[in-house]
Amino acid sequence: MRTIRVPGFAFILAVVALAACKGEPTAPVPPPAASLAATERNVTLNGAGATFQYPLMTKWASEYNRTNPAVRVNYQSIGSGGGIRQLVAGTVHFGSTDGPMTDAQLAEAKDPVLHVPVTLGAVAVVTHLPGVTQPLRLSGELLAAIFLGRVTRWDDPAFAEANPGVALPSTPITVVRRSDGSGTTYIFVDYLAKVSPEWRAQVGVATSVDWPVGLGAKGNEGVAGQVKQTPGSIGYVELTYALQNGLPTAEVRNADGAFVAPSVASVTAAAAGAAASMPDDLRVSITNAAGPGAYPISGFSWVVLRQVQAACGVATPMVRFLSWAVHDGQAFAPALHYAPLPEAVVARCDAKLASVTCEGRPAL
Amino acid sequence: MTGRRADDAYRATLIVAAAAVVLTLAGIALVVGRMAWPALLDGPWSFLVGRTWNPVTNTFGALPALYGTLLTSAVALAIAVPLSFGVALFLTEVAPRRLADAIAPLIDLLAAIPSVIYGLWGIFVLAPLMREHVGPVLKATLGWLPLFAGEPIGVGYLTAGVILAIMITPVITSVAREVLEAVPRTQREAAIGLGATPWEVVRGAVFPAARSGLVGAVVLGLGRALGETMAVTMVIGNRFDISASLFAPGYTLAAVIANEFSEAFSPEYLAALAGLGMVLLGTTLLLNAGARLLVARVRAGAA
Repeated sequence: MRTIRVPGFAFILAVVALAACKGEPTAPVPPPAASLAATERNVTLNGAGATFQYPLMTKWASEYNRTNPAVRVNYQSIGSGGGIRQLVAGTVHFGSTDGPMTDAQLAEAKDPVLHVPVTLGAVAVVTHLPGVTQPLRLSGELLAAIFLGRVTRWDDPAFAEANPGVALPSTPITVVRRSDGSGTTYIFVDYLAKVSPEWRAQVGVATSVDWPVGLGAKGNEGVAGQVKQTPGSIGYVELTYALQNGLPTAEVRNADGAFVAPSVASVTAAAAGAAASMPDDLRVSITNAAGPGAYPISGFSWVVLRQVQAACGVATPMVRFLSWAVHDGQAFAPALHYAPLPEAVVARCDAKLASVTCEGRPAL
Repeated sequence: MTGRRADDAYRATLIVAAAAVVLTLAGIALVVGRMAWPALLDGPWSFLVGRTWNPVTNTFGALPALYGTLLTSAVALAIAVPLSFGVALFLTEVAPRRLADAIAPLIDLLAAIPSVIYGLWGIFVLAPLMREHVGPVLKATLGWLPLFAGEPIGVGYLTAGVILAIMITPVITSVAREVLEAVPRTQREAAIGLGATPWEVVRGAVFPAARSGLVGAVVLGLGRALGETMAVTMVIGNRFDISASLFAPGYTLAAVIANEFSEAFSPEYLAALAGLGMVLLGTTLLLNAGARLLVARVRAGAA
C-alpha cells in the first residue's frame, strides 16, 4: 500500500510544482503550490476526543511519524463529548467519539461531518466475587435487571439458570458505573436498551444517563479500581482495563443464545456481520449483533472530521494519516486489545475518506 | 517620588488591587450566570429543588448535589473543629515551646498536600477501613439512628466527610494556633493570679478573647470543604440521591461539575452544570456572609 502511495505523492508534487511554475504569474491568492508545499513541511494534526482510542491513537501517531517525519499527530484524550464539541467549535482538525454524533449535533456543526470507524472495542462486564473461579454467565435481561436495581443479591435465583453449580455469595450486589459521560457507557446502555424494553423506557441511551442504582466512579480506571476494592461488586469497563487489572470478565449471552467472553476475535465477529447493513453515514451500533461468536457489547469508535476542509496543507496529510490508520495501522490494534476493522468496513472508510475535499478538490 | 505624589500612586495601586478582586468575582458570577441562564429559565426555584438529574430527558435539579455538599461539609466540621481546636490548644497552652515549634510546620505541610493525593489515599486506605472496621462498629452501636442506617459500602457521605475533615484540620489548626498565640500573655497571667486552673484559664481568659478569630478559622476550613472537588469525587460514590444515612453514596456540587463537564453533550446539559456552579457560588457567598455576621456579633459581644 505504502509503496504505491509514495510515487503517487511524488507525482502529485511534481505536477503541482510544474503547475505552479506555469501558473505563478496569473494564479489567484493563495497559489496552490504554497498550500501543497506545506504537506512537505512540518504539519501538526490536532485531534481530540475519546479516551478509548487514546492508547491506539498514540501508537499510530508515533509509528506514522517514523515513516512520515513531517507529520505530527497531537491527540488529546478529553472524552467523546469533548471531541465532538471541539470539532463543532473548529478548534481541532479531527475529533473522535465512541458514540456517533446525534442528528442535533450534526445540525449544529452546519457543514457535513463524516464518521470514519477507526477501531472496535468491547465493553467487559467485570465482577469481584471472592471464591468464584469460573466466569460468570449473564443474559442481557439479567444484566439489565441488575443495573435497574431489580436483582440486588448474588444469591438471587435468576443467576442459577445460567450458572449451574456455581456457589455465588449471599451478599448484596454493589453496582459500579461511570460518573463521567463516556462512550463506554454509551455502548453499554445501548446494549441494555436493546435487550430490555424497561431499560429503554426508564433510562434510555446516552453517554451519561440517570442511573437507577450504583456507585459512580470516574473513568475506566476508576470503575476498575472500585470493583477491585469492593467485594460483591459488578461494573463495566473497556476490555483493556479489565485485562490490565486482572478482573474476571463475565460471559454474556448474545443474540444467537451463546455465552461469549469479550476478546479481540469475538468483537471482530460482531463487527463483521454489521458491515453489510451499515448505513451510508457509517453511524451504526453493533451491540447485540448476530453470529454465533459475536460478543454482544461491542462498538465502533469513530474519527469525525469535516467533509469540506479549508487548507489542503492540513487536510491532505490528515486524510493520508487516517487512511494509513484504517489500513496498515490496524496491525497495531490486537497487541493493544483493540479489534481490527473487518475488510468490508475498511472499504467503506476508504470511500468516506476519498470524499473529503479541500480548497475545492479531493484532499487525498 | 515623594510626598503627595507617592501617596497618590500608593492609593491608586491599592484601589486597583481592591477593584480587581471585586471585578473578578463579578466577572465569574456574570459568565457562569450567562452560561446557566437556559437552565434557570424554567424558574430558578424548580432547578434548585429538583431531585432528578437526567441528561437523557434534559431534566436537571440541583438538590441532591446541594444536599451532599452541605452534609459532607457539616460532617467535616463536626470532626475537624474539635480536633483542630484541641491541637491548637495543645500547641499553645500545654506543649513545651520546643515541641510546639517542631510540630507547627508539620501541620502547615499537611495543608499543602494536593487534594488528589488525599483522594487516592481515600480510595485505597480510608474506604476499605470505613467498610470493614469503622462502618460495622457504627452500625452495631448507633445503627438505630437513621444517620447510620443501611450497609456501609466504603464510599459515601461519611467517608467524604472524614476525608474533608482530614483536609481542613491543618487549615483550621494553623489559623487557630495563630489566633490563640495572639491572646496577650498578661490575660492568662491575670487568670492564673486569680487561682484559675489551666482549663479555667482557657475557658475564662483565652477563648473569649480569641472567639472571633476562631470563628474565622472555622470559616476558612468550611470554605475549603464546600469547594473541594477531587478528593470528594473519589470517595463519595457519585450518585444523585438524597439519603439520611451517612453510609449512602451521594454527590456534591463540585464533584458533579468535575465529573460531567467534559462530556456534557447538549446545551441544556452544559447550562445545568453551570447552574450547579451558580448554586455553589451562592452557597459559599451566603455561608461566608453568615459567618461574617457571626464574627461581627461575637466581636460586639466580647467588647
